[in-house]
Amino acid sequence: MPTVESPVLDETIVDKYEERRANLVPILQEIQATYSYLPEPLLRRVSRKLHVPLSDVYQLATFYRCFSLKPRGRHVVQVCLGTACHVRGGPKILDRVETETGTVGLGTSPDMEFVVETVRCLGCCGLAPVMKVDKDVYATLEQSKIKRVLNRYRKKRPAGKDATDG
Amino acid sequence: MVERVHHITDLEELERVAIHGRASLYPERIKILVGMATCGRAAGAEEVLEKVREVVEKQKLPYIVAETGCIGWCSQEPLLDIWVPGRPRVTYGRVTPKQVPDILAALPEAKTDLALAIMTGDDNPLTGRRWDYSNGHGPKVDGLPSYAELPLFRRQLRIVMRNCGILDPASLEEYAARGGYHALWKALWQMQPAEVVREVTASGLRGRGGAGFPTGRKWQAVRDAKGSPKYVICNADEGDPGAYMDRGVLEGDPHSVIEGMIIGGYALGAHEGVIYVREEYPLAVERITAAIHQAERSNLLGDRILGSSHAFRISVAKGAGAFVCGEETALIASIEGRVGEPQPRPPYPAEKGLWGKPTCINNVETWATVPVIVARGSAWFSGIGTERSKGTKVFSLVGSVANTALIEVPMGTTLRDVVEEIGGGVPGGHKVKAVQTGGPSGGCIPAEQLDLPVDYESLNAAGSIMGSGGMIVMDDHTCMVDIAKYFLDFLQDESCGKCFSCRVGTQRMKEIVTKISEGKGTEQDLDVLEDLAWMVAETSLCGLGTSAPNPVLSTLRYFRSEYLAHIRDRTCPAKVCKELISYTIDPVTCNGCGACVSLCTGEAITGEKNKLYTIEQARCTKCGACLESCKFDAVLVN
Amino acid sequence: MVRLTINGSPVQVDEGYTVLEAARMYGIPIPTLCHADGLTPYGACRLCVVEVGAAPRSKLVASCTTRATEGLVVRTNSARVEHARRLLLELYVATSPQSKRIQDLASAHGVQECRYEAKHEDCIQCGLCVRICNEQMIAGAIGFAGRGTTRHVSRPFDRTSDVCRQCGACLYVCPVCELRCQAGTADTALCNGCLNFSPPCFNSYDDAMCFLDPCHACELAGPFRADARTKIRATATAR
Repeated sequence: MPTVESPVLDETIVDKYEERRANLVPILQEIQATYSYLPEPLLRRVSRKLHVPLSDVYQLATFYRCFSLKPRGRHVVQVCLGTACHVRGGPKILDRVETETGTVGLGTSPDMEFVVETVRCLGCCGLAPVMKVDKDVYATLEQSKIKRVLNRYRKKRPAGKDATDG
Repeated sequence: MVERVHHITDLEELERVAIHGRASLYPERIKILVGMATCGRAAGAEEVLEKVREVVEKQKLPYIVAETGCIGWCSQEPLLDIWVPGRPRVTYGRVTPKQVPDILAALPEAKTDLALAIMTGDDNPLTGRRWDYSNGHGPKVDGLPSYAELPLFRRQLRIVMRNCGILDPASLEEYAARGGYHALWKALWQMQPAEVVREVTASGLRGRGGAGFPTGRKWQAVRDAKGSPKYVICNADEGDPGAYMDRGVLEGDPHSVIEGMIIGGYALGAHEGVIYVREEYPLAVERITAAIHQAERSNLLGDRILGSSHAFRISVAKGAGAFVCGEETALIASIEGRVGEPQPRPPYPAEKGLWGKPTCINNVETWATVPVIVARGSAWFSGIGTERSKGTKVFSLVGSVANTALIEVPMGTTLRDVVEEIGGGVPGGHKVKAVQTGGPSGGCIPAEQLDLPVDYESLNAAGSIMGSGGMIVMDDHTCMVDIAKYFLDFLQDESCGKCFSCRVGTQRMKEIVTKISEGKGTEQDLDVLEDLAWMVAETSLCGLGTSAPNPVLSTLRYFRSEYLAHIRDRTCPAKVCKELISYTIDPVTCNGCGACVSLCTGEAITGEKNKLYTIEQARCTKCGACLESCKFDAVLVN
Repeated sequence: MVRLTINGSPVQVDEGYTVLEAARMYGIPIPTLCHADGLTPYGACRLCVVEVGAAPRSKLVASCTTRATEGLVVRTNSARVEHARRLLLELYVATSPQSKRIQDLASAHGVQECRYEAKHEDCIQCGLCVRICNEQMIAGAIGFAGRGTTRHVSRPFDRTSDVCRQCGACLYVCPVCELRCQAGTADTALCNGCLNFSPPCFNSYDDAMCFLDPCHACELAGPFRADARTKIRATATAR
């Protein structure tokens, strides 16, 4: 996986798609999944390849929540704010997560370790409040447990990360 | 399990596939089923499954281990079911990996201290028949209730959820064994397209996505529309917070949606379908994609389906994180590679939809119901439910209720029966304050109206809507002003922003309600709020905007006194609104353990260990961690 | 030809006309902000709402994006419509009180009070600039970005793109007048200059190059202010 500072961009990601407007969102989704954000050069290439004005591509990139124009934190923390979780203390868990990661509001933490997002409904409403870090789900949360949960990820690196980067 | 590839070109071949499926559903060896839908996984089902596999392998046990979808008993996940041939199926709930060896060691006897209930057979509304597990041998296990006796299940009529929790969603054979694709065969070979539309119309089925538009009428409009090619779309965007019915179906029984869409394509003259799934549902995307590939390999999708001249193909489009894309025209825009900004209607998608062509969009539940209507007939279906709301509806019953679950009940069941009988009432001795339906487009129904039947008209009249099926039970710990604020926050976040009324209207409504929740509101604010709500409802471009005021209006209608308490008395009766509450430590009960100190975000707790601590109000951030951590009930909320 | 009824009178228009176009053809005024002849209708400002259908099933729809259909019954000035317009304009004034165009519209529709906090936003997101850039100038240098309250008109990546030809069409078409409304005090959002019948513009701007429609105040003041009439004529000949 390319480093966050200077991604080595593989433009063939764009080239393997047919030149149809309907492929616009899937292409962006693949770029997002590969680089954890949408690098500007790749968006320009998409615009050229699909003959779509750059302002349209930019509008898509900024309209949909799953896209980010800036590199995201390494670990994705999703605090559930579905109605059931909201009623059982979800907002307090979110506040605590923000405090512990140092993010101000939602977004990437200053140390780039975490990106804090909200999600509506993971479906375990009986075990509210719930939060997900990468693929792991944590239920029946209490504020006291948050620090420990997050620390588990501070030491880990996501799978596949190049051992040589600093 | 090695998957056999079938070329199903006629009914005989379909029957042969079904026989394989029956052997896999009801094998001659002991079968262990683990619920592996998202809710199960969230509760730890993956570890349980791993442990089961580990024990079975190590001890070389001749058992079959299988995965299944969500049976709907969410509060008891992870669920593990064991079927010993000749005996009822036993369900174990809240299973931990540690319990697995004991449960397996007890076989063939059930470990009754850990078990929840027994299933004596599988009903199948598609065929109208029932598969009895115990073959007539003693259907009971001592001390364990059967599903048919449990309040949670006895009132349910699982039509849409017919296969969830029963079959392995990755098995086409098991789906066929449950009558799958037989309805498709009947439609293709024994019915004309117009006849299929007539049946759906006569059944009284109404769109299950929320609006409740008569499905037959929509289908007829698409049939009559000029233009080609025509398209069929399944709306699986399911954005309402707290609703996960569609996810349950896609993860637990994906073929039911595929079959419904193929039948729809045949009835409407469409040969291409798209399933639009929100990207926040990766497991559902995985399962439906796998099911589509299976169907393609088996001649159930592609050209000459089941040997007929009908061709149909389905592709999956993933959402990209926008609630507004649940709206038909925004969904279509998203598929076309544009932003999800709704278009004014008319023209409706039935006339001008995907790529400007006639398009039929229906919800997951609606599509999953179609095969049953074709198989059993419209008369059977319209015999269920009320005069104007036919059939059943799936609800995600969550919140302050003992049995948080995914349930399916006939229309007309009262809210009281749902909350008190099926849901098991509000735990902890609290009382129901309100039931919220319809998500951000809906409203709160107060406790006094619990005898309301659940159907489209009654809910509309009460100031809410049926919606997609999210049903949240609220008790006296919930502040209705806070709930209004919560939904407005959601809507303002998700508004596409194109039209002035919704973009600015939801923002201003949220500002006013926030002001009120902070104790800074005036009674004039309520008048302004009502004017604003009226304007947003009347002039917004799409359904998100026109229904955005519903949570505010319904809470104002039924809980005005709570708003007034915030305004006149500057108090929050439910002790929720941060600015109006304060945390203090009771000097009598506090024993100085200090558990609260380290968690305090404002570093506001001072005192002496083993003596007494106090909270400095000026530094208190109202995070509530102290209340959570205190084991001596010494923290008070005022 | 399509036959419909507007305000009780039967009218007739070609197929494909919108209700707004039909009303305008018959000289029936409907206020708009995001509409411009020659650009595709957008339906964002909601000011052009009219009531269609018969009670109790009647509803408000945006006339600029509603097709004129056979037998449609339209009312452009019913109580419901007027109420909606007033509430909308009240909110517009709170959003952009410095806009003369909006203040004029508010006066014309009898907005007497503004109960919201003024925000002084420069853009009402009518989309005219984006549409003229895309449709008339075929450049596509600007577009919308973001969603909901963060939605704004933007250049991609906040840098002027090389397709921008600096034509100024976006400035020209913007309905939020650049000419700041001078009357009134800062603590009330409503300027009420027009209601006072003493339009401040000509007092402050002797050589005002007002390229918008004549100020509503001037129209109102016309019969009462002989000197204003002279000034309008003078300015018109001077151009």
